[in-house]
Amino acid sequence: MAASEDAKASSLRYAFGNVIAFFILLLIGILAFSIRLFSVIKYESVIHEFDPYFNYRVTQYLTKNGIYDFWNWFDDRTWYPLGRVIGGTVYPGLTLTAGTLWWILNSLNIPLSVETVCVFTAPIFSANAAWATYLLTKEVKGTGAGLTAAVLLAMVPSYISRSVAGSYDNEAVAIFALIFTFYLYIKTLNTGSLFYATLNAIAYFYMVCSWGGYTFIINLIPMHVLLCIVTGRYSSRLYIAYAPLVVLGTLLAALVPVVGFNAVMTSEHFASFLVFIIINVVALVYYIKGILSPKMFKVAVTLVISVGLVVCVAVIAVLIALVASSPTMGWSGRSLSLLDPTYASKYIPIIASVSEHQPPTWPSYFMDINVLAFLVPAGIIACFSPLSDASSFVVLYIATSVYFSGVMVRLMLVFAPAACITSGIALSAAFDVFTRSIKFQLPGLSGNSPIDAGDTSSGSVVAQNETVKTEKKEDPGKERPSRKTEKNEDLSKERHSRKNKKKEKENVEKISVKPQEEKRLLVLPLEASVIAIFLLVLLGAFYVVHCVWAAAEAYSAPSIVLTSHSHDGLHVFDDFREAYAWLRHNTEVDDKVASWWDYGYQTTAMANRTVIVDNNTWNNTHIATVGTAMSSPEKPAWEIFNSLDVKYVLVVFGGLVGYPSDDINKFLWMVRIGGGVFPHIKEPDYLRDGQYRIDSEATPTMLNCLMYKLSYYRFVETDGKGFDRVRQTEIGKKYFKLTHFEEVFTTHHWMVRIYKLKPPKNRLRGKTKKSKAKATATTSSKRSVSRKNPWH
Amino acid sequence: MGIRFDLFLLSIAVLCAPCLSDLVLSKVDRRIDLTSQIVRFTSTLKVENIGSDPVSEVLLPFPDHQAKNLAYLAATTNEGKGKTKGSTASLPVEVVHPKGMPPALTWYSVSLPKGLGQGESLTLDVLAVFMHALRPFPEKIPQDQPQRVTFQDSAHYLSPYVVKVQLLSVKLPPDTKLESHTKLEKTEVSGSEIKYGPYENLPSFSYSPIIVHFENNQPFAVAQELVREIEISHWGNVQVTEHYNLIHGGSQLMGEFSRLEYQARPQIRGASAFRHLVAKLPPRAHSVYYRDEIGNISTSHLWGDSRKTQLEIEPRYPMFGGWRTAFTIGYGLPLKDFLFQSEGKRFLNISFGSPIKDLAIDCLIVKVVLPEGSKDVSASVPFHVKQWHEIKFSHLDIIGRPVVVLEKMNVVQEHNQQFQVYYKFNNLSLLREPLMLISGFFFLFVAYIVYMHADLTISKSSASYMAKLQWDEIQTAIQQVLSIINRCLTIHDRLEATLRDLSRTGDVQACKAARKAADGLLKELSKELKPLLTFLHSCPQAAQILPKVEELVAKERELQEKLMAKHSTVVDSYEKKSGGREIENRIASIQQKLKALRQEVEDLIEVIDEI
Repeated sequence: MAASEDAKASSLRYAFGNVIAFFILLLIGILAFSIRLFSVIKYESVIHEFDPYFNYRVTQYLTKNGIYDFWNWFDDRTWYPLGRVIGGTVYPGLTLTAGTLWWILNSLNIPLSVETVCVFTAPIFSANAAWATYLLTKEVKGTGAGLTAAVLLAMVPSYISRSVAGSYDNEAVAIFALIFTFYLYIKTLNTGSLFYATLNAIAYFYMVCSWGGYTFIINLIPMHVLLCIVTGRYSSRLYIAYAPLVVLGTLLAALVPVVGFNAVMTSEHFASFLVFIIINVVALVYYIKGILSPKMFKVAVTLVISVGLVVCVAVIAVLIALVASSPTMGWSGRSLSLLDPTYASKYIPIIASVSEHQPPTWPSYFMDINVLAFLVPAGIIACFSPLSDASSFVVLYIATSVYFSGVMVRLMLVFAPAACITSGIALSAAFDVFTRSIKFQLPGLSGNSPIDAGDTSSGSVVAQNETVKTEKKEDPGKERPSRKTEKNEDLSKERHSRKNKKKEKENVEKISVKPQEEKRLLVLPLEASVIAIFLLVLLGAFYVVHCVWAAAEAYSAPSIVLTSHSHDGLHVFDDFREAYAWLRHNTEVDDKVASWWDYGYQTTAMANRTVIVDNNTWNNTHIATVGTAMSSPEKPAWEIFNSLDVKYVLVVFGGLVGYPSDDINKFLWMVRIGGGVFPHIKEPDYLRDGQYRIDSEATPTMLNCLMYKLSYYRFVETDGKGFDRVRQTEIGKKYFKLTHFEEVFTTHHWMVRIYKLKPPKNRLRGKTKKSKAKATATTSSKRSVSRKNPWH
Repeated sequence: MGIRFDLFLLSIAVLCAPCLSDLVLSKVDRRIDLTSQIVRFTSTLKVENIGSDPVSEVLLPFPDHQAKNLAYLAATTNEGKGKTKGSTASLPVEVVHPKGMPPALTWYSVSLPKGLGQGESLTLDVLAVFMHALRPFPEKIPQDQPQRVTFQDSAHYLSPYVVKVQLLSVKLPPDTKLESHTKLEKTEVSGSEIKYGPYENLPSFSYSPIIVHFENNQPFAVAQELVREIEISHWGNVQVTEHYNLIHGGSQLMGEFSRLEYQARPQIRGASAFRHLVAKLPPRAHSVYYRDEIGNISTSHLWGDSRKTQLEIEPRYPMFGGWRTAFTIGYGLPLKDFLFQSEGKRFLNISFGSPIKDLAIDCLIVKVVLPEGSKDVSASVPFHVKQWHEIKFSHLDIIGRPVVVLEKMNVVQEHNQQFQVYYKFNNLSLLREPLMLISGFFFLFVAYIVYMHADLTISKSSASYMAKLQWDEIQTAIQQVLSIINRCLTIHDRLEATLRDLSRTGDVQACKAARKAADGLLKELSKELKPLLTFLHSCPQAAQILPKVEELVAKERELQEKLMAKHSTVVDSYEKKSGGREIENRIASIQQKLKALRQEVEDLIEVIDEI
């Protein structure tokens, strides 16, 4: 037996495979990073949308004032006059990450601005997420599947939509944290190493810091543990994977101010503790089973069950009483709307009013995960052959995330990694089967090393398909070094020390004769497999084309700058920044600006002015106050705003250029939210026969409300008719004057209009009006001009 | 009103002041240019010495309220009287405080190149540039009104010397509407020009205030602060970054701003506003950008030819009176156009002021960032500026880059003169940063290699480490055992296969041979197995797993024996030509046991494997 020579050759090949896999991973990282740069290249390096502006502002504060001030930051420039405790109400993960990045760069004297770091945080972390996906899938199904899944995730449109350069949002970092936590959980489950269990708790801590979606982890992992226990897969590894996570993870989570005692008090975390108790009981039972004889064990079981039942009933009764005492059963509004999709629209209009909290449509699935939707079922089947602890986790992950993505568009983001992982498994398994059938039927290929072919096929073939995928059909010469990448992956997964890894590999190689025959049986006809491979590559190509299109066209717009292509070239609508820049430079520093909450974050970040409400939406009453003001006639609205010290009112109006997401289209939500708190605002008053309209058929309440007036003030003079391009109709009330507000700024395309509250009139006016009227009847007509002010 | 009263006082004070010198201005020709927001006085003075002593300086007084807005003052002399006009030489001008002079005057003294002897005369051209000399009146206007400004000065030339003949012409913007002007004797308005004079034989310090009120819709762009940062990179680039803080310095906008009216008739409803600014950048400027703190501003145009690069920028919104904005312009310039060498020193030669036309700058700070490692830094500027040094840390710097900071108040177009910054720099310093990067990555890789090869275990003699090592060995041994057992099992399979062959072909000899071979192989394997088992026996740690392993080996041996027995029985019965039924009967019991054993062995393998 030329075992030593054989081992040498194969370890060399193994090293080769590792190097190739490393370079493929590097390329995947670059791909993930660079596909997200379309927005910078097409537009500019700028922060996108709404929430990122808040995160950017927080990061600026952090880098300027340091971490301690950050924790204690009370922001008085928002939610006037209440203010907001930023340090205690924000998930600090993203901010701290970018702040640390910036700090490292600056201490190396690389003068990047905070903005630049913020813009590129998301692409960097999507590269990390791709690598984490590789690790996770590798734990589940081997290197080939890992690489495939990583490629798929690097460019899945759903994730791109939240992580293009400039989209500086929690999700960008959180998805990485999510996948990485899952990876460490699976790794611990496979190795039973306490080291990974600790890392897992820390990764979970990072996830808690980053995103409210951490509750998904703390519910999914207990579910999986429970599944394992129920299906009789309990092992000490499972215990090590779970128990430290719950204990350490909960302790760490409670350190994050925004979570605090919620980590033990709210019902979202309840499942984890319940399963923690169960797994401890099960562990005890297994231990006792080991030391007792079967007969004694039976006695013990009956004893414990009779006592345990009593205790359990008591505990559960107490728990139920506790939980039921809270009106929402201890669940937060967002979680409840996940469990009951109709909850939000019934009780919390503010959650329902956000478009990303709506359920998705079928086209949005196709848009966001594309061909993966077809590969997912195949992947689930592949997970069942054979079903291991790890692959059952993947199945559970995909099943739950499909449900959640069906409830909220936003959670499509959690579904996308699961889809990538299962599709990666499916694709790699398919390539595995097809390429192996080709190999066994082509005498030239299989003649080379018949024994090798059998045992390495699983690793080699997939790696080969990988190179095909990433480098788009490189020449088949690549296949030679890349076969063998991760042979014996499934056997060597349980090792931890680098040292003995080598030894094992040599040993384990000798026992690989058996599977050869089994695999020979699974051979498909040559022609069929060639065609199938071709079709799979075509499918992959289609996916790549779609992703690049999505990244370049659909998701790259920063939404504060709009562009349109007309016959005379590109037209840029930069109205938002025009208005914010005007506010920033031409109003007093302490002036308060009122607008609908959508524009709160942008106003504080870009215009640096105090706002009444912003996108945080923590105080429903305050938002309802603004909504009420917007839906009231001019005078009451002026009174409301004046009582809030508001000096400027900002409205977004798209009627001139046809920008559909303007305030008139959001107006019904203002009415609804306002009416929810102040009952004198009634939604039917604004609707004509249940229809929302602003033309001549509109109700007088609608035509007299502040939002209508501020939007359409002097609009009719632009074209003589007052034709609204968004609503495709002529407006109802065309000529009117403002008595309590004056226009101070309107942007180039009229998209943002800013009004100033006129100073209050002299108080004596109302009293003296009547007597004055009599008196002035005799005086000359000249006096009537100055009647507004009796002192002149 | 206050100022007018001041002027009145001043003129009284001025009239009673003494005449101090023997100089006489035989002819004064003043032209005041009011076409833009910056007021330019061009005066031609014919100076004559009628005294006996030679005079070497000429005094130029300005009232304080003017002097504080004085941005630029230059005096040149024309010696060659027309023919050799090229020989104009600018003369040094400095602030002096002569004694016994009336208050509220600021004095500048022009030193003449050579003393002016008795009876000699000289023509001086004095250019004085004032900022903020035009006062908007009314101060607040609604959107649809044009902007009107007033200008105040004296019709007579304010001078400590007697003026023989003096002329004043005030030039207004073309096609402007003159609201009002002070009418003195000999005042004449022709087109957009107002002429005062000639006045003859004016005593010293004569003063006769005039006010011109007229429409001026020129852009009143005032940069309250402008920071220009010029960074030299010896890799071939000079990067200029200019941070503007701009205000419209004219009449403030009162009341509403209606975009509708502005868009409908921008010339009338937004007459006082300015929409764009034009910057004339040096030729071959590249990578031009125009942005503010919230991102790129898309409204700009760039043209370039071999002599200049012209950048037209529009602020985000039209600038009405009193409105402010802030933005940044940046561009790169080729190094060889601006950096020169002389006497072992390098020097940068670049213009001082802003490239934007018609811009008044209240405070200009120019920072020249020299490459790291520059020494002996000095700057030479043709006019007086405040100067100091700073250190700036930029890309991978260790000791920082020396920065020369020049600060000057009241800067206008006339200050766009070249200035020089001298320094010494060794070209080898250029390579420092690339080398730093290379070595950084090199050490990273080396550290990784070392980490991969070094054993970083804390203690090699500790019990847990030894235990771990041993455990590793045990695991290897067990793996080997398992592989051997597996091989035995494959041999068993092969034996079974020969039996099947036998039933098909009836070749007893081949079957026997196969059995022999298998027997040999199995013996060899069991020999291999022995040292492993003894090793496992010797290890205390293996105690928990040992029974399982031993059980496995025993079961396997039993399996072997049974199989051999079965084999020999089958072969024997074939030799005896027994019937198929009979053979089956004979081996049925063995077959069952075999199956059970096989199952047990496989279970055991799995169990051990999991450990």
